[in-house]
Amino acid sequence: MNRQAQSVILLLVGGAILRASVTDLYLRYVKEGLRPFLIAAGVLLVAAAAATLWYELRARRDAPEADHDEHGHKHTGPWVAWLLVLPVFALLLVAPPALGSYAANRSGTALSETSDFAPLPAGDPVTVSVVDYATRAVYDDGKSLGGRRVKIIGFVLVGDDGAPYLARMILSCCAADARPVKIGLDGAVPTGLAADSWIEVTGRYTAKSTKDSVNDGVIPYLDVEQLRQVAAPTNQYEE
Amino acid sequence: MWPVTSTEAGTESPAPADRREPKWRFGSVEALAALLIGVVIFRGPISSGLSHAALATWTTVFIAIVTQAMPFLVFGVALSAVIAVFVPPSFFARALPSKPALAVPVASTAGVVLPGCECASVPVAGAMMRRGVTPSAALAFLLAAPAINPIVLTATAVAFPDNPEMVAARFLASLIVACAMGWLWLRAGKTEWLRPPSRPSFEGQSRAAAFWGSVRHDVVHAGGFLVLGAMAAATLKAVVPEEWLQAVAGNPVFSVLALAALAVLLSICSEADAFVAASLSQFSLTARLAFLVVGPTVDLKLIAMQAGTFGRGFAARFAPTTFAVAVLVSVLVGAVLL
Repeated sequence: MNRQAQSVILLLVGGAILRASVTDLYLRYVKEGLRPFLIAAGVLLVAAAAATLWYELRARRDAPEADHDEHGHKHTGPWVAWLLVLPVFALLLVAPPALGSYAANRSGTALSETSDFAPLPAGDPVTVSVVDYATRAVYDDGKSLGGRRVKIIGFVLVGDDGAPYLARMILSCCAADARPVKIGLDGAVPTGLAADSWIEVTGRYTAKSTKDSVNDGVIPYLDVEQLRQVAAPTNQYEE
Repeated sequence: MWPVTSTEAGTESPAPADRREPKWRFGSVEALAALLIGVVIFRGPISSGLSHAALATWTTVFIAIVTQAMPFLVFGVALSAVIAVFVPPSFFARALPSKPALAVPVASTAGVVLPGCECASVPVAGAMMRRGVTPSAALAFLLAAPAINPIVLTATAVAFPDNPEMVAARFLASLIVACAMGWLWLRAGKTEWLRPPSRPSFEGQSRAAAFWGSVRHDVVHAGGFLVLGAMAAATLKAVVPEEWLQAVAGNPVFSVLALAALAVLLSICSEADAFVAASLSQFSLTARLAFLVVGPTVDLKLIAMQAGTFGRGFAARFAPTTFAVAVLVSVLVGAVLL
């Protein structure tokens, strides 16, 4: 790969990263906090592409017969540079969705043990995250949940047994370390919930729980009073 | 002022006499253009082919690894260009002890100041070697920087709120591994295993031209290998079932080896690996320490990038040795501290 082609590659990679980070596309793959760094990296790559092309054209103008090289051999870049077009295509043309039920079914529920629980905020129903509800239900035995009505948003996961679960993937860094947290649905649950559809459930804590078949992790249940379909949130992951 | 020196000027064979070429030929720019047009035309079939859940998961994880690593790679590449162009070799001669055996621990500890993950440290270590830093010290820095910088240690403390000793164990074990590998290289390493840096000479170029030339060269090389490593890691993430891990978690020996191997295969960025380790709660703390010590020093994307920067012969020797040392040190430190 010669230098003009390398500058095109740099431009493509930088452009793809800029496009993903100025829109909300990047949220499908990495955390929100990475955005300024992605923009900076994209700008630097585009600048490197422009600089490469500029020096290349100037070298050609100064020595058109010299075949733009410094010491008498053709500058063929590494073959591996061609691979850089793959993330560009994947990001600009395919743009796969955030991880959902397929990935969540393959991994065990991932709750980390916590011991201090702040009281629930005010509100009826009070909106809590999937992780928050599951942690309070499992490690606080639902004490800090009491009899309060809670509202949780997540996607539908259909287990091996055909039963629906409410799940959310949690990210620490990027989708490569995404792990699911799952909540079983008990009570007023309609049948035939489609996997990966987003729902908002309102309900109360129940002592019922089950074991995840993948890692024996505890999956708490929610006694559902209301359930409705909602649009997927902008950031589909939880922290 | 100092001259921008070249490390390999004149090593190339002179040009063949018959270099006259036709004005236009099908070169890499044309190939790239054809590839782009082809992909845009067949975008529909490609997208629908990738819409199967397993392939979509693979693609999402693949993009995630590349996107997550790219800012750190670009940052490391820019820093290495600054070292290559603006920092004179005399700086390193002053900053590091002249005895290599002493330079190794000093360089390892200096890893504290590079707040990035392993993608940033490979180009920086390469630039240090080209600026005259003894390879053993540069390699010690390469291994230590991604594991012991403040961001990674903070992430570890956050991920293990009930086990603060994990932070100390990680710091200590990673530092010992870096020093041990540096000293081992000093005793047993051979310079010919390291491929001479394949970078064009910056002689006679302006500082700006040399800087951008270095950035372009490093992004195209290390970036390509990053993509290769991300593909391998995404494949494992999408293919290996987690149930396999469950089966070995109970055995103390297998659990350490399994998590060490998992760290190599998953290639998670060192700033995130502590959270993954915390979620592997069915494993012992020592096994999870091995995961945290092996991950930043040996993993698929790192092996690919090291092979690209220092040569395949180097990576083939360095990676397995580092793996063995890292597992051994993790077990020892785990036995004492955890």
